[in-house]
Amino acid sequence: MTAPSVSVTDSPAVGMPSPGAPRAEAAWRRRDRRWGYVFVAPQMIGMALFVLVPFIAAVVLAFAQWDGLTPLTWIGFDNFRTELTDPLFGRALINTMLIALITVPIGLGLAVVIAVALERLKTRTLYLALFFAPVITSSIAVAMIWQQLFRKDGVLSHAIATIFHVPAPDWLGDPHLALLAVCIVTIWSSLGLNVVIFLAGLQNISPSVIEAARIDGAGAIALFFRVRLPLLSPVLFFSSIIAFISSLQTFDIVFVLVANAGPDNATRTIVYHIYDLGFGKTQFGVASAASILLLILTLVITAIQFGFQKRFVHYEDAAA
Amino acid sequence: MRAATPRLTDGTTKPPTESTVAIAAPGRRIRPHARPGRSRRRVAATTLHIVLIVAGIAMVYPFVWMIVTAFKGLPQLLNDPLSFWPSPWAPQNFIDAWNDAPFGQAYVNSIYIAILVVIGTLITASMAGYAFARIKFRGSRAMFVMFLATQMIPMQVTLIPFYLLMAKLGWVDSHLSLIIPAALANPFAVFLMRQFVLSLPKELEEAALVDGAGRWRIFWSIVLPNLRPGLGALSIIVALGTWNNFLLPLVMLNSQNLFTVPLLLQSFQGQFGSINYGLIMAASAVATIPMLIAFVIGQRQILNSMAASGLGGR
Repeated sequence: MTAPSVSVTDSPAVGMPSPGAPRAEAAWRRRDRRWGYVFVAPQMIGMALFVLVPFIAAVVLAFAQWDGLTPLTWIGFDNFRTELTDPLFGRALINTMLIALITVPIGLGLAVVIAVALERLKTRTLYLALFFAPVITSSIAVAMIWQQLFRKDGVLSHAIATIFHVPAPDWLGDPHLALLAVCIVTIWSSLGLNVVIFLAGLQNISPSVIEAARIDGAGAIALFFRVRLPLLSPVLFFSSIIAFISSLQTFDIVFVLVANAGPDNATRTIVYHIYDLGFGKTQFGVASAASILLLILTLVITAIQFGFQKRFVHYEDAAA
Repeated sequence: MRAATPRLTDGTTKPPTESTVAIAAPGRRIRPHARPGRSRRRVAATTLHIVLIVAGIAMVYPFVWMIVTAFKGLPQLLNDPLSFWPSPWAPQNFIDAWNDAPFGQAYVNSIYIAILVVIGTLITASMAGYAFARIKFRGSRAMFVMFLATQMIPMQVTLIPFYLLMAKLGWVDSHLSLIIPAALANPFAVFLMRQFVLSLPKELEEAALVDGAGRWRIFWSIVLPNLRPGLGALSIIVALGTWNNFLLPLVMLNSQNLFTVPLLLQSFQGQFGSINYGLIMAASAVATIPMLIAFVIGQRQILNSMAASGLGGR
């Protein structure tokens, strides 16, 4: 975020008549300022009404007991206490963190490898289309297709059973495998977006930097680890934040793929938990407390990632 | 897949060596320093193609499977679940899926919601982005910081109060709850448009300012036309996000004739269980294939917009 750029109105308008100019200019600026407010008004009002007010209401509701019908009663931190000791919330928290910790490193790692591979190809349109198709597809369709692919009598289970000589795995019925299935679908459906972003990042690296490293005798491996990866690290950093935040919000896939919370709540995520409390059980207060906990978790993880940034992210111009 | 196969043979039998490339492409410099051996690079090129082909098949297999399964009849699904090709090819599933649920209506709903959200967002976000980039007014910095801060609040956190607010406004089970808030509260769009305005040369507006044109005139007839690439990218991002949104329609809509495509698809699955999954796959195909066709047509623009949004967010 840079300082607000110097606007054109800073230099006294050239075409203004000289006598009485300061006055005319002041009037113009006053009018201009008003235009500023008019221009931001729709989005400001929208933000206030549809984000800020609900946010404040969520904070308030988190300290109350309310089912939407009977009068609201204040109960202080009880909702938070309820949630933090609720084994279901614990499951949801662990599951959500597991999904994030599995999908983000694997998903981004695969995307980097594929982006580097694609960068070397002259014609990559077809490959890009293949990787990006799942991103375009609605997560519901994605979950429905994979739900059938994970069938116990399906091709995938059969192939694994034949290759490893094990009983056909029941992906969506086994608590451990169900969470793994969610991770596989998540990685599959978000891979293309990261590939496209990393490819753009790789193409932004100036060829002279690569050339210079080559002349210094760097091989392909050294080029990757010493040049491409460090120069890609700002993009990687922001992608990892976005991927982490979005995996904390996993809902669509668990809602459809594994029939709600899965066997033994094995795929209950925090957002599913909030949805269940709020719209399934109309416990608006407890659900709001869970929402606030989700927000705190999001902020803490983002802060931790920013802490890591200092050590691992290199900015090309920072060295100069 | 057509282009992938010859590439494999390319990679294994005759990889384009550095020297042939250099001769073929005159613009390319021939590097004087030592290069890794020919065979090592051949191995590298082959590995690269194998990785890409395996990954490519993994990406496309679920879609291919969806389509072939959609053509399988119930007897085949029950008796021979491992067979890949339908025998016989039975288009009946598509007909049943289309008749059993109002997919046509859902498409109309999804399309017009997406169009209204895109138009609304383009207008309001470019106005705000322009003001934040170019107009000096008291509190603009604070407001902009507030915009960035609200972007940190996930929509899931405010979902319940948002639902209660929509209920108060009478917008539950109405498309208004999906259109108005989305068009009026999109901090990312404001941020993106501000970045695009900042990248325009100020000289564009200067002459008009000197001639005494008002801000509205300048915005409408000078800035907006020059923002076209940014507006294009934003419309693709917003349209995709709106089209694929599931949680909000799920919470807001009750009447089936108001359902969007993902919501109808999900309710369709709930209704028909998982025995006749050929029917479920036909419904998925009906919901997916028009999007995939649209993607193939607009591929370049879509990929560029996504790349720009991922990097432009910095």
